[in-house]
Formats: sequence, C-alpha cells, structure tokens
Amino acid sequence: MINITLNNMKLQVEPGTTILEAARTNGINIPTLCHMDMASIKMVNKVGTCRVCMVEVAGRYDLMPACAVEVYEGIVIHTNTPRAIRARRTMVELFLSNHPKDCLVCERNRNCELQTLAADLNIRDNRYDGKMVHHEKDISSKSMIRDAEKCVLCRRCETMCNQVQTVGVYSAVQRGFKTTIGTAFDNPMTETSCTFCGQCVSVCPTGALTQTSNTGEVWDAINDEDKVVIVQTAPAIRVALGEEFGLPVGTRVTGKMVAGLRRIGFDKVYDTVFGADLCIMEEATELLDRIKNGGTLPMLTSCCPAWVKFIEHQFPELLDVPSTCKSPHQMFGVIAKTYLAEKLGVDPAKMVVVSIMPCLAKKFEAAREELSYGNHLDVDYVLTTRELAAMLREAGVNFNALPDEDFDKVMGESTGAGVIFGTTGGVIEAAVRTATSWLGCETGKIEYEELRGVEGIREATIKAGDIDLKIGIANGLGNARTLLENIRDGKSEYHAIEIMGCPGGCVAGGGQPFYGNDRDVIAKRAEGLYGEDRDKTLRRSHENEEIKALYKDFLGEPGGHKAHELLHTTYTKRPRL
Amino acid sequence: MAQTSYDKTLFDKLDAHIDSLPTKQGALIPVLHKAQDIFGYLPFEVQNHIAHKLEIPSSKVYGVVSFYSFFTMTKKGKYRVNVCMGTPCFVRGADKILAKFETALGVKSGTTGEDGEYSLDALRCVGACGLAPVVIVNGKVYGRIAEADVDNVIKDFLAEVEPA
Repeated sequence: MINITLNNMKLQVEPGTTILEAARTNGINIPTLCHMDMASIKMVNKVGTCRVCMVEVAGRYDLMPACAVEVYEGIVIHTNTPRAIRARRTMVELFLSNHPKDCLVCERNRNCELQTLAADLNIRDNRYDGKMVHHEKDISSKSMIRDAEKCVLCRRCETMCNQVQTVGVYSAVQRGFKTTIGTAFDNPMTETSCTFCGQCVSVCPTGALTQTSNTGEVWDAINDEDKVVIVQTAPAIRVALGEEFGLPVGTRVTGKMVAGLRRIGFDKVYDTVFGADLCIMEEATELLDRIKNGGTLPMLTSCCPAWVKFIEHQFPELLDVPSTCKSPHQMFGVIAKTYLAEKLGVDPAKMVVVSIMPCLAKKFEAAREELSYGNHLDVDYVLTTRELAAMLREAGVNFNALPDEDFDKVMGESTGAGVIFGTTGGVIEAAVRTATSWLGCETGKIEYEELRGVEGIREATIKAGDIDLKIGIANGLGNARTLLENIRDGKSEYHAIEIMGCPGGCVAGGGQPFYGNDRDVIAKRAEGLYGEDRDKTLRRSHENEEIKALYKDFLGEPGGHKAHELLHTTYTKRPRL
Repeated sequence: MAQTSYDKTLFDKLDAHIDSLPTKQGALIPVLHKAQDIFGYLPFEVQNHIAHKLEIPSSKVYGVVSFYSFFTMTKKGKYRVNVCMGTPCFVRGADKILAKFETALGVKSGTTGEDGEYSLDALRCVGACGLAPVVIVNGKVYGRIAEADVDNVIKDFLAEVEPA
C-alpha cells in the first residue's frame, strides 16, 4: 500500500491507483470530461485530452491531470485549490467558446456531460469569443447523426469503436484547430464499415453523436386515420424505460409501457417476444437440421443487426455460418402484414409496423430491401427506448401513474424464453430450452446458469440425450471477432454460437437510456429480464399457444416452405473499408 | 479495390517493400513514406491498400496522412518547387520569392497547376540556413537566391532537373 495525502487526509491506497480513483473512492469529486473507465468491457479511455481534472501536487510546478497520473509514496494532492478550480473553469470555458450554443434544441439537452460540467463549475458567462470550427453534419445513415461541431475530442467513440468493437470507423484526423474525430477520407458513415451498433453514441458525452430520430414520421402515421399503426416492443425496453421517468434501475415497467403506448395512440400493442418465440422455433429447427444432416457448424444466431453487418464487412467468406432466420422484430413485422392483417381485416398497405428497439442498428436493418414481403417492408419504423420516452413526455403521459395493461391478443402472447433475448446468453438459452425438449431429453431444467454471465466470451456444454451441445457466447464485436477468427481457421468446435454486438447484449444497446459508465445498470436490467422470465407461466418458446396457432393455421411446419419464404433471409458481401 | 486505375507494378513494388519488413507493427509512417516515394502522392486507393496490408483501419491511415503536412493526397507536378519558409529564409525575403514563383509559374502556393507541370509549396526549415533563402526543386537545392533570380532558377531547373 502507498501512503498519500489527499486534501489533508492521510490515506493508504493500492499501487497503480490514479489520483482520480483515489479521490473518488474517498468521497472527493474531481470533474472529468474525456475520462471513461469500464474495464470489464475493455472500454478504458484515459487519454487525458480534456484537462478538466487538473489538481495541484505539492512540489510540482504544473497542475496534473488526475485521471492520468498515478499516485506515489508520499504524494501530497490538493484537488480544490483556487488555482486548480480556476484552471478547470478556464478549460471548460474554452470548450464552450468553440461549441454551438443550441443546448435548448439539442438532443442531449438535460443529459449532456458538457452542459452538466458547465453548470457544476458555475460558469455563467462566456469570457472567450473565439473562432469556431465548421463541419457539415453527417446525416447519411438511417441510424445515427454525426455533428462534429459538438465534438469535444474526448476520443471515447474512437476507443469504443477501435478497441472494444474492433470496427475502426473513427480516427483523429487533421491537426491543431482543424482536428476532428472523423472517418477514413472524411467519408459519410454509409461508406464505412460501421455496423451502427450505436456504442459510440452511448459513450459520447455531448450531442456530437446522436440517433436519427423517426418520431415525426411515427406521429404522422398515428395521426393518419387511414393507417392502422401497430407497435411491438423488444424485451430490453421494459427493463430500461422506467429510468427515463426516474424509476429505480432495473424496474420492470412492462404493463405501464403497454398502457403508455395505447395512450399515445397506437392502434394495437404487441410484444416482440412473440417474434422471439417464433425465431426460436425456426432457429432450433435449423440447428437440429444442421446437426443431423451435416450442415455448416457452428451455427451463429442472427438476431443482432450490428453483428450481421459486422460479419458481412469483416468475414464475407463466412456468410454461410449465421442462421438464415430474420431477427425477431422482422419476423413479427412480416407475420403482422400477412397473418395478422388477415385476422384483423386490414389491408397490409394501410398497416404501419413500428418497432420499439434498444438499438440503432435496427433502424438500418428495417430499411434492408430483402427484409420485405410483396411490396411491403416488414417493419416501417424503428424507434429507440429514448425516442419512446420522448414521445410519452411529448404527449403529456404521466408514466408513473399509468395502470398495468396487457399486450393485445393474436400476437401478444410470449414466453420467458423470448423475454431473455434481451441479455447476452438469452437467445441461446431459449434455443437450448426448446432443442432439448424436441430431442426428447427434457430434464425439467429451465434455467441454464452455465449460459449466463457478463464475460465477453463464454462457453458451455449442454447434455441433450446423445448429443453434447457445445455452445459459445460472445458479446461485443471484438469478442465476436475472436470467435470468428477461430471458425475461419477451422479451430471452432461449437455447435452453436450466440453473438450480440453490444457488450452485455441488447440491455446495453445504443438506443437505451444513457448509463454513463455504470455497468451495474446493465446487470440490473438483465436481472429484470430474468425476473420476468421466472414470473412467466410459459418459459419455453414452443409452448406459446399463439405460436402453435400460427403454425397450425398459417405457416405449416417450422422450417417448412412458407416459413422459409417469410421468416428467412440472405446476407450480402460488403467491402471492408 | 479500385487498383485498376493505377499501375499494378507500383502496387507490387509497394507490397514487396511491406513484405520485406521484419514486422508490420509501428510500420505505418515509414510505409507511407515509401508509398509516396513510389506513387508520388497518397490517393485513398493507396491508403486503403496499406490499411489492408498492415491490418489496421483505413481511418487510422488517413488520420496519419492528414496529420503530417509532408504527406499529400493530391498528385504533384513534374517539377516540385519548394520554398523554405523557416525563420532565416523568411527574414531574408522567402515570402517575396514565393510570391514571385506564384506569378512566374501561374500556380498558387500549396497547389499544382492544371497542366500538371508545376507544384509550388512552402516548406518549414530544411536545415540549410547558411544558404538562406533556399528553394528546392525535385531535390536540387538553390541557395542565397534573390527575387530577381527566380526567372533564372526556372530556366535552370527546366534544363537541368529530371522531371518527376
């Protein structure tokens, strides 16, 4: 242990502790802007670029950045001297001098780290009136908007994209005042290998990286009397939406969410978990078929659109390994515009399917032309959890006072297996629950602890009669890359692999409420999903009565001709840019 | 990759150089130097090629190319006129010499003429301060020149210097 003096307190800390860590664990707050430490997912941004965390160290002439300097024996630190506070204020004032002053209409209004910092440092005027950089906004993609004028050069997006996701879209380009965090050759996002996972948006402290909003189009559809607007909500929404309304992290708000969606005018409210159950019927069928008939193994799950785009760019030679199943909300969409439209007596051309997703890549996915049937895209609009919260506020819905309501019938029933799709390991656990049952080796076991957890790469062997099912799980695209390299090199022994693009799975998606760097939030959201699974009467996808009826009345057999026509897709080779 | 618009032998030459390196780690800047040497400039096709070859994101390559003023993404002329603007050259009138070249060659500083004959650039100190002010054309050094010498320098390099 190392002896230090921090604001006149004598303390002992571990070697290797930074001044910032020593201060925070001892109840002293030092403001930061660029710093972000989520070591559990390898997201460590300690680049020391913003100089907001300056402190005084006795015997040193210069102020020190607390995030980047490790303590040493006998160090004497003062975090709140007039000189340190003045230096921080000056830094933030300089940031503000080159920052657009449109906070009132910024997407990150009330939720911006720079805004909070300016308020915390009690900055009440702009002393500096300097030059401002000018960059065009990049609105090329369906998923996200880049506004480099709001960038504070913290490099968090670059660290996330390069180190964690290994996609490498961003780099610092140019230099001096012209420096910006840009793409290769300043190309628009649509001409990069971006997967639209949205993790850069999750870690951006300001409004430089934001989601593309589709609330306007959805309001128009809702207000159009000719349209029948139906909405489906992904599992991860129900355990995160409450955060937007001040409820404790991990609170399940399934019933309130359904009620809220009705209050803002959706004609029918359904559960994407129905689509997840349907997805399991197809995916488990495909897996057992591949195992029995010598198909390509391992089979990879295909629910995550960021991961699908990742393999298309990075491993185009491996496009026969992902399952051909569409993702749950796309399956839901196509069944809604065929089977449900018939049941409701609605012309599919007048039906608008809106998906509430924790995800930005789903916006890109929904616009893929191959994800359509007849002349209709499966899904018309995708909104994120944050956009739904915005719509509820806009409509004056008092969310916390809403009663609990149930999803609509015909496609509203769901099992616990589909609910856990929202967390890493959940899809494969759901598939295992059904596959073991179909193989006739059911043991009554429902919960597979060995498939759960937070590590980036996990594996387990599940006994299923004569077969030892070898399962791999990766969450985060960097971890996915590791497993894919093994497959490419012929070193993979798994039967099935679940891959989720975001570290932690959908509960940590790029469209979820901002959680700063507190990974406990992600664990609590996942726990919320496992709780909902435990409370469900039906916990295996194939036991869903509405799914059974769908196959009996409309689809025929799982994996059959009609199922293939509607529920399966193809992948596209894309260049690695 | 759009290699077709460039001479394949140039890419082969670059690949041979990269393959001869003991390690690809930390090789980016020397490889960019070599590539600029081979191609004369660094168009994005070349940068993409280097990114794939070194297994790094092309955004990183572009980040480095856009950071250093030595690297250029635009094709240079046959005659590359570089006027040193280091402090000693500047105080001895390099700015006037640069302006004179701009008029005489019809090319603005930092650009290449439309006919592809001349490029004109201002350089930071080239380390030949004893010869200030200094002009370098395709590697040939002209020292202690005055504004009045500019026309003679042009005549000289057109006759004496190998065009790039």
